[in-house]
Amino acid sequence: MSAVRLRELSKTFHTGFWRTRVHRALDAVSLDVPRGAVLGYLGPNGAGKTTTLRLLMQLVHPTSGGAEILGRPVGDVGVRRRIGFLPEAVRFHDTCTAEEFLEYVGGLFGYTVAERRRRAALGLDRVGIGADRRRRLRTYSRGMLQRVGIAQALLNDPEVVFLDEPMTGLDPLGRREVRDLVLALREEGRTVFFSSHILNDAEAVCSHVAILNRGRLVASGRVGDLDLRVRSWELVAAGPGESVQAVGGAAARWVTRIADGRYALELPVEPSPEALAAELAQRGIQIVSLHPRRETLEDYFLRRVAEAAAAAISDDEAECA
Amino acid sequence: MRVICTIARQVLRGAVRNRVVYAAMLLAVGLAVAAPMAGRLTPGQDVKVVKDLSLAACNLCGLFVVVFLGIRLVAREVEQRTVDTLLSKPIRRYEFVLGQYCGLAATLALALTVMTIAMYVVLGAAAWWRGVPGLASVAPVPVADPALLKAVLLIFVQLAVVGAAALCLSTFSSPVLAAVSTCGLYVAGHFGGELRNLDEVVDSRFVTSLAAGLSYVLPDLAAFDVKAAVVHGQPVTAGYMVLTAASGAAYILAFLVPALVIFTRRDLL
Repeated sequence: MSAVRLRELSKTFHTGFWRTRVHRALDAVSLDVPRGAVLGYLGPNGAGKTTTLRLLMQLVHPTSGGAEILGRPVGDVGVRRRIGFLPEAVRFHDTCTAEEFLEYVGGLFGYTVAERRRRAALGLDRVGIGADRRRRLRTYSRGMLQRVGIAQALLNDPEVVFLDEPMTGLDPLGRREVRDLVLALREEGRTVFFSSHILNDAEAVCSHVAILNRGRLVASGRVGDLDLRVRSWELVAAGPGESVQAVGGAAARWVTRIADGRYALELPVEPSPEALAAELAQRGIQIVSLHPRRETLEDYFLRRVAEAAAAAISDDEAECA
Repeated sequence: MRVICTIARQVLRGAVRNRVVYAAMLLAVGLAVAAPMAGRLTPGQDVKVVKDLSLAACNLCGLFVVVFLGIRLVAREVEQRTVDTLLSKPIRRYEFVLGQYCGLAATLALALTVMTIAMYVVLGAAAWWRGVPGLASVAPVPVADPALLKAVLLIFVQLAVVGAAALCLSTFSSPVLAAVSTCGLYVAGHFGGELRNLDEVVDSRFVTSLAAGLSYVLPDLAAFDVKAAVVHGQPVTAGYMVLTAASGAAYILAFLVPALVIFTRRDLL
């Protein structure tokens, strides 16, 4: 059973004074997120990431299509006992303290007073707010509020956690902590659905990705299964430096010494590196390793978004013609 | 019900820590305390003036609290997106709105209680202080008259109706528009009789029909105003209290049902 399932999910907003302008924020998005996966829901600003999360939380209603969480429709109140949600640019009632707010959230889950206190204390300790728990939230920095947001999202020990831009407003240390937290949730077997446009973070923690552009899903799948293109080859050879330079210097983009008698060469995709490897071996140079260098997730993301944009332009041109 | 109570408690906690609410309550208490001085300007009527001023202060400051909080409760939660966190928890949207309203009503009850206590303390002090002139002139109405509570109770019901209207308006309009509309409704609600009889002073058939129609649609808030009656020692029967309170409950329902429907269907952008 999927943890999260989107079926042809669409959302259209009518904007302008007379609501005559139509903005299709999400266009028939279908997606399955398996249990235990950490899904990076990626896309440029305005791609529809936050709209998807707001649809999943029933903060906005779909124009068409539907969604399920843990096999239940998103409108089911019972399923919200099993999920956690961190909204984008999280804000709270700033007159209360972090401790009071988490106890209030615990009250919404129906916990006893003692249980609320226990969970609030545990949650705040987990995100490093322990010492400041009795300070009013209005005195908190952006990063501290984000931590409280994460604590409230995890208060009910959720099976599925939705995080909307969780790294926003955090310093490098805070980002590292959130990354570690997501990895810990992954280790615990929880499903994490997090939206981001910071691809390094996504690459570090995700098992799956889905890429959204202008409301349309342009790619999705396991990170390992993505068709990441080979950008170059890295060859490591052991032998006399002059020989390596003589044979490989012309073909390689660069040659660098990495240890005594060991050299690394970056070779282009074409011509095939096997011929050069054979020639080096004939000269008595040992080939230590030959690895393809593939696109990073960021390269892949940029390529797919560019492809999708080009396809959209050609569709528009075809329509005009 | 548990969820509604939890939300109401949170609203009450937020209101109690709100400086504006404090200021309104302090103003009312200050008016009650200062009322004996105003009473000295009207020899023979000083206790009546104290009661009049205290009850009016309760009403006015209660109105301020209700409008100030009522228009912000839902609208502010949506604008500031604090509602996003809450609605992702196992609560229904109608529970959220009802919780907010119950919190508003509890805040109003607390504010009126504080103001009423201040009023009775001032009246008790006036009765005890023999130097207050004109006490005998208002006999047989006791100075610290328990019947004043009837007026306070109906002020509460009246303001609970206004609060429901403010909450209803805030579910679909901006806070400023909701505030202006609520104040307009409060004023118009006090002039239902005048609106019905507008044909005596205005010739336009359209205007008089519109005014008459409005007078039947708008809540008759003047019916909740028994301040003059209790101050003058006129009887306010239990039957009148019950019927007026019941009509107040009906008005509250009439405002809350659309608020719940609108908020449940609304996209929270």
